Amino acid sequence: MTDAALPLAAAGAAAPAAERTSTGLNSRKLLFWSFIGSECMFFGSLIATYMVYRGRDTTGPFPHDVFDIPLTSYSALILLVSSLTMVLALSAVQRGDRRRAPLWLAATALLGVHFLANQAWEFTHFVEKGLKLQTNLFSCSFYVLTGFHGTHVLVGTIWLWSLFTLAVRGKLPPGRALDVEVAGLYWHFVDVVWIAIFTLVYLIH
Amino acid sequence: MTAAEVTHAAERPHPGARQYLLVALLLLIVTAVEVTVFYVPAMHPILVPALLTLSAAKFAMVAMFYMHLRFDARLFSWVFLTPLAVAAAVILALMALFHVL
Repeated sequence: MTDAALPLAAAGAAAPAAERTSTGLNSRKLLFWSFIGSECMFFGSLIATYMVYRGRDTTGPFPHDVFDIPLTSYSALILLVSSLTMVLALSAVQRGDRRRAPLWLAATALLGVHFLANQAWEFTHFVEKGLKLQTNLFSCSFYVLTGFHGTHVLVGTIWLWSLFTLAVRGKLPPGRALDVEVAGLYWHFVDVVWIAIFTLVYLIH
Repeated sequence: MTAAEVTHAAERPHPGARQYLLVALLLLIVTAVEVTVFYVPAMHPILVPALLTLSAAKFAMVAMFYMHLRFDARLFSWVFLTPLAVAAAVILALMALFHVL
């Protein structure tokens, strides 16, 4: 082992061991970062569409007629806290803490479910106010953008429940921490997308 | 030292629970400031730049500490930041094209 690699070994639960690849990095992790990069462009195009269409409607309901900022702020808070529980879950798996790992994974998944419930309530409320998908440019671009984000949260929640099941069965040893780390990258990405949506869509209108 | 070892040596240990909690506290504070700025009329002249700055700070904190970009190899940062810059450029270009800016 090289001197430079010693601090990593001492940390134990830190970055994964050096890989025998041309980059020295884990290929699965590199591939997943590439996927996240493509997701940046995907959500970038949806946000661009929303921004271009914003304020061009002549018929309502308009954003200020329907938005519930306290509820959306609460949803933003939920996702931020879920990012914390996600890193605590990863830390527990890396340490081999079999008691806390499933607890933090379950907490993260439950917060995801809570976020989805809020979004379902919000969409239902909007439809009751007459804002359907085909109502105007705002509704179309808003539902597509936030709907795709919600779908990502749903996928992440299912992923987390599957990891929770593995953790409960004792099938998530420290050697499989990368499985949780990759899921965590996805979950944090969903969080940062919401940070952008919360500001650009809800607060600046 | 091989090329692979050089690349891997760039990685540093990930933070512990205490640092994660500190980052979470900062994120909550910044979110509270964002909502406050939104509701205080005196802040409205600087609403857009203030919110964009606060939002960028939150984005950076999550990416650096929770996604470990600050601690992992630089290549991961490039793989993430390059398409992110492209996405931002597309948003700005389309907004300029449609006279939204």
